[in-house]
Order: sequence, then structure tokens, then C-alpha cells
Amino acid sequence: MSEKIETFTDATFDENVKASDVPVLVDFWAEWCGPCKMISPVLEEIAQEHEGKIRIGKLNIDDNLDVTRRFDVMSIPTLILFKDGEPQVRLIGAKPKGQLLEEISAYL
Amino acid sequence: MPERRKVVIIGSGPAGLTAALYTARAQLAPLVFEGEPSSTSDQPGGQLMLTTDVENYPGFVDGIMGPELMGIMRAQALRFDAELRTAKVSRIDVTPRPFELWVGDPAAEEPTALADALIVATGARALMLGVPNEDRLIGYGVSTCATCDGFFFREQPVAVSGGGDSAMEEAIFLTRFASKVTVVHRRDELRASKIMQERAFANPKIEFAWNSTVSEILGDTKVSGLRLQNTVSGDASEIAVNGFFVAIGHEPNSALLKGQLELEANGYVKTFDGTTRTSVDGVFACGDVQDHYYRQAITSAGSGCMAAIDAERWLEERGQ
Repeated sequence: MSEKIETFTDATFDENVKASDVPVLVDFWAEWCGPCKMISPVLEEIAQEHEGKIRIGKLNIDDNLDVTRRFDVMSIPTLILFKDGEPQVRLIGAKPKGQLLEEISAYL
Repeated sequence: MPERRKVVIIGSGPAGLTAALYTARAQLAPLVFEGEPSSTSDQPGGQLMLTTDVENYPGFVDGIMGPELMGIMRAQALRFDAELRTAKVSRIDVTPRPFELWVGDPAAEEPTALADALIVATGARALMLGVPNEDRLIGYGVSTCATCDGFFFREQPVAVSGGGDSAMEEAIFLTRFASKVTVVHRRDELRASKIMQERAFANPKIEFAWNSTVSEILGDTKVSGLRLQNTVSGDASEIAVNGFFVAIGHEPNSALLKGQLELEANGYVKTFDGTTRTSVDGVFACGDVQDHYYRQAITSAGSGCMAAIDAERWLEERGQ
């Protein structure tokens, strides 16, 4: 995994996402989810291409049920874009890179 | 300038990747358009990316996870220098020679790639019901991927619509999490294979709503239930569920091919004489886009191999 993609947990979620100066895209995923694996490389590309403008972090739903429940995630992959700690955009299911970028373009 | 290839393959499920493996080993340097990420089965890796245990692919005594199997097939094709591109073909034109393919804007004047021989392996996708609230509640209790979303319904009641092998597989998988799984099926008997039927009937968490169709999905912000209609009496009823999984069958991903290749009335690509030849000389079809009968990973891979050999011989005959 690239060092550009961060890892969030129940314990570190608030300090990372709430306190961030730039928008944070959180990827709710799990090891057993095929579509989640598909979007991993896409997220790495976005993190590299937009470094400094956005942070991207993965949250493993198996290990971090609190945050998963707090945002009512019921399907993975789910991507939620947070700004000033508040959810702004929610994307459900794997999507092509172009479409992903379009959905979050207002925050880049 | 569009790049010209001897072989271009559209699709990267078992059919597309097997065709890639064989044509790569035949030194034909295939270019594979593998699709783009999605959760509806036209993604790289195909339908197996949405499954868990594959128990009937020969060579894996203990079974293998669908995404893992596709990862191995992909790596094997890459080992022989097949080129895989994560992109979706938006248009093809099989009138000129070489054949023309577009990625991105289908109205662009210049095609993206040219192919001497074309192998179509675009697969099939799960059908949705098309009932009220289905689209709106996808991701909020309505799921197209039991293996992705079953986890979220721990100790909750869910329903599966369908009576075939995929429906039974999903229902059985969901009993790992759900408190109860109701299979809603429009007839009074299943279409699923004997072994899957037996497993489903033996599972104490699975119940059946026979002769029933889903007429509406209920729920404001999340799924709260289903409205059912009895296909015999016409009576309406409701069941309370938090999750709903659709497994009523498949349709071929053949929209791209309309007007280009001869299709069956049900949309599947027509192939001829037990080969992978299509109505257009030099275009070959393999996998689920031309098979609505067997629809297995192994038959798909087998027909991918056939398409590669058919394409290779066809090119040879033309001295290409």
C-alpha cells in the first residue's frame, strides 16, 4: 500500500477527520469485498495526483464497527467525503475513476 | 493515431482472461479492455468479483474466493505479456477492416484502437426487479452484492428474490449473518440445482415465500420491508426485512454490440457451428455474453480458450 493512503480506526478517526484542514475521503472497506479491492488502485492514484488538497484514508469495517455504525454504512465500498468533520458526499459501490473525481471535484 | 493490434479482447472475466492467456502465449500480444470499477458485474474480473467461495472450479480442492481466482487469472495473463487496460469500450464498428474500437467519447472521430481480430467477452449482469424504491434504496438495504453487504445484517431479517442457483447461494451465504432469510420466489418450485436446493431446504434459517413476487420495497431512509403479491391468489401481504438481495437472473452485456453482431432474441450474441464465430468474420464471442445456458466460470474459461484458438487460426489463414 502506498504511503499516501492513510489508515483510520475507531480510535483515530476523530482526530484525523475532524481536525483536518483539507477534505478527507474515507474508504469503508473489508478484506472479503471484491469491489473494494478494485477501487484501491484508483484511490492511490487520486491521493498521489491531488496530494495536499485531499487526504484519503481506509477504514476497515470488520475492525471498526463504531465509526461504521455512526455513519450508517450498510454497503461496501462506501466512500464518504468529510469537510470540517462533516460528511459532504457519499458514494456507494465501486465507480470508475472519472466518475469518482467528478463527484468530489468541488472539494479538490 | 489509434494503435493497431492483432487481437483486441473486450472483457476480463474467466472468458476474456483465458482468451488473453492463450493469445498472449501464441505471441499475438493481445490488448484487453478489462472494464472499469463498478458494483454491478461489468467490472474488471467480471461476476466472480462479487462472489465468495467458488467450490466448482477444477484445481482448487478446498475452493477459492472469487476475487482471488480472478487475481490469479489476471496475473497469469500478465505473465505472458497480455496488455490489460482498465477502461471501458464505449463503441465498436465492425464494418471496416481492421475493426475499430472507442474508449471514452463514442462520438470521437478517431477510434482508440484497431483490431485485426476481435474477441468479445463482455459477460452478463444481474437483473434488477424494477419495482418502486429499488434504485433509491440501493446501499440502504437493497443490495446487488450479498458477499459485500451481508455483514451489515447481523441478527436481522433479510430477503432474497429468485429461485436459481445464485439465489440459493446468496440465501445460504446470508444465513451466516442474518437472523432469518426469506426466499421470495414466483413459482412453487425452484430452478436451482439439486445440491443447492437440498442445502437451502436443510438450512433452518431459510424460509420460502412461494408463488410470490415483490411488488414494492418499503422504507423511508432504509429498507424496512417488502410488499409481496401472491401470483396465484393475487393477495397482497407485507414482510418486515432490513435487507433485500436481488438474484432473479442475468442479462448479457450486449448493448455495445447491437447493430454490429447478430444477437439472439434475448440479447445474447449468436455464435455458429459450435465455435465462437459470430455473424461477422473475424469477430469471436465467448463467455456469458453468448451463453445463457451453462453460465459457469469453467465453461466461460473454456469458451475463452476456444475464441483464442479460433482467432489465432483465422489470423493464420489470412497470413496475419
